[in-house]
Amino acid sequence: MTPVAPIRPRGPWRLASERIGRDRAAIAAIATILLAALVAVAAPLFAALTGHGPAEQFIETGLSSNGIPVGPGHEFWLGCDGLGRDVLVRVVYGARISLLVGVLASLLAVVCGAVVGVSAAWYGGTLDALLSRLMDAVLSLPYLLLALALAALVGPSTGISVVVIAFFNWAAVGRVLRGEVLAIREREYVQAARALGAGHARIMFVEILPVVAPTAIVYATLLIPSSIGFEATLSFLGLGVPPPTPSWGNMLADAMAYYKVAWWLLLFPGAALLAITLAFNVLGDSVRDVFDPRFERSVARARGGAA
Amino acid sequence: MSAAAAPAAAPPDPLLVRVTGVVKEFATRSASPFRRERLQAVAGVSFGLRRGETLGLVGETGCGKSTLARCIVRLHELTAGELLFDGADLSRATQSELRPFRRRMQMVFQDPYGSLNPRRRVGSIIGDPFAIHDVAAGRERMRLVQVLMDLVGLNPEHYNRFPAEFSGGQRQRIAIARALALRPELVVCDEPVSALDVSIQAQILNLLVDLQRELGLTYLFISHDLAVVRHVSDRVAVMYLGRIVELAPAGLLYASARHPYTAALLAAVPAFEPGARSRRAPLVLAGDPPSPLEALRGCRFHARCPRAQARCRAEEPALESRVGDDPGHLTACHFPLADGEAPGPATGSGA
Repeated sequence: MTPVAPIRPRGPWRLASERIGRDRAAIAAIATILLAALVAVAAPLFAALTGHGPAEQFIETGLSSNGIPVGPGHEFWLGCDGLGRDVLVRVVYGARISLLVGVLASLLAVVCGAVVGVSAAWYGGTLDALLSRLMDAVLSLPYLLLALALAALVGPSTGISVVVIAFFNWAAVGRVLRGEVLAIREREYVQAARALGAGHARIMFVEILPVVAPTAIVYATLLIPSSIGFEATLSFLGLGVPPPTPSWGNMLADAMAYYKVAWWLLLFPGAALLAITLAFNVLGDSVRDVFDPRFERSVARARGGAA
Repeated sequence: MSAAAAPAAAPPDPLLVRVTGVVKEFATRSASPFRRERLQAVAGVSFGLRRGETLGLVGETGCGKSTLARCIVRLHELTAGELLFDGADLSRATQSELRPFRRRMQMVFQDPYGSLNPRRRVGSIIGDPFAIHDVAAGRERMRLVQVLMDLVGLNPEHYNRFPAEFSGGQRQRIAIARALALRPELVVCDEPVSALDVSIQAQILNLLVDLQRELGLTYLFISHDLAVVRHVSDRVAVMYLGRIVELAPAGLLYASARHPYTAALLAAVPAFEPGARSRRAPLVLAGDPPSPLEALRGCRFHARCPRAQARCRAEEPALESRVGDDPGHLTACHFPLADGEAPGPATGSGA
């Protein structure tokens, strides 16, 4: 037998990661996300460094004599909120909630959507009809109204926020993946696998999931910022993360009473929210481009146009 | 078929595959939810496939050739009829009951761009049969894959590449290697060359013929190209609207077609030698085949047949050997053509 060929062409995943490495916007987005994750993990370090706990009130030093919160300065780097709590420490702890809820809720939504969408398309028939109608039903719910009712019914908590956000997002993912699998199912390579005697599980994991995985990944990346925003919305309305745990949403809600005198209450959590959602959106766009087979051409065209 | 009544227990059955009255219907979407329309793609087909032969199956697009092929390898459920493979009744077998038979019958698909998963390496695709049937793993699987690649004329060093890095002909070689991995007895080739350049077609056909000789394969070879079918087939079946209208040894079919539809198909093949065209009067069929959704009475070809008479509209002709013909030459026609007769209106009294 001839010796093993030394050449191993780059696979689609390798190609995608190499393309990501050449995309400056994606690199910046990844850096922002990593920084946020690092800060979230190191939140207790900030608390120790400043000597302020995230829910600790400093009535003496944090509020002026007439109860107005003090601005950014030596003692409180990013100022104090209306209850005399350190905004920096709270923003840093808020990153934990936002990332946790955002990532968990999108993962849950994508996994549920993938399971439902793929099995609906693959098994077809009655199961497909039932699951498709279920997805239609979920998509037609007035989500904010229902989320508020649900959260009010069971009481606000971080876990409930994750479930509520995932519940309103899985159907969109499921419908897209169902469409993709419906198309792939009839491809001849799936028929060939069936003719070889491959079982459902093997066809699913070897032939179908690797082909729809890029779509699922793009969806997951784009769902994270919307989940973070959704969490902030719920918390802003007092139905997400219960106080005194800081989240960017409930910090913004607290700021509403003071924003005329204390701009820092609005600016810092708002900027953090903006930065992280923007970073995930930029990353999601890049991931989508990178998995596009027409990538090289579109990049060449964009560069040609810019030059 | 001469031995159609032989009991299944008889020692070596000369027929590897026996198809009897196979029907495949598809439910179609209709405007009204109360009326379910059914499309009959295969409408009662019977034939046998002898061990080691190549049976060509020709017909227009949409005549049910591919559906029939997929019924035989049981990618489709049969609506009715019986399918025997080496004496075993597979017509109602479940997918798990079919598993051991999957090693013995394989399929090569029409489109080598669609039949290979673009995200997988060629070595892993060709190794699929070994993985699915737990034949070999690891280094041993890789060695077997490289032997196969060598067998079908691919460079074994290219096992790490992706399908996109190969030409259409090479991809079809990959698909053939995959189909042959477990040394099947039956290979159903569903238009294996019609997606390829003409210059590549001959290479793939010759490869199939060589492999048949080497491995003792039985082929069901589907094509709409009569020249291709003639090149590889021992016998040829002509299909029209879900039924076989004529089945004969290849030489007989091309020399003395009995069914007006076969004659029309043959007449439509352009002749390359000067003067050859004059041997057969060209016949252009009027109109399109009727919709397979409509209920048809009588001969399926009567609406387009220049020889059609009242009987053709009322009574469906059986596929049988006609008077004076070779016993292996079966025709489903009330008014078959005589040798050399142009497919014009019938002159003789066939009825």
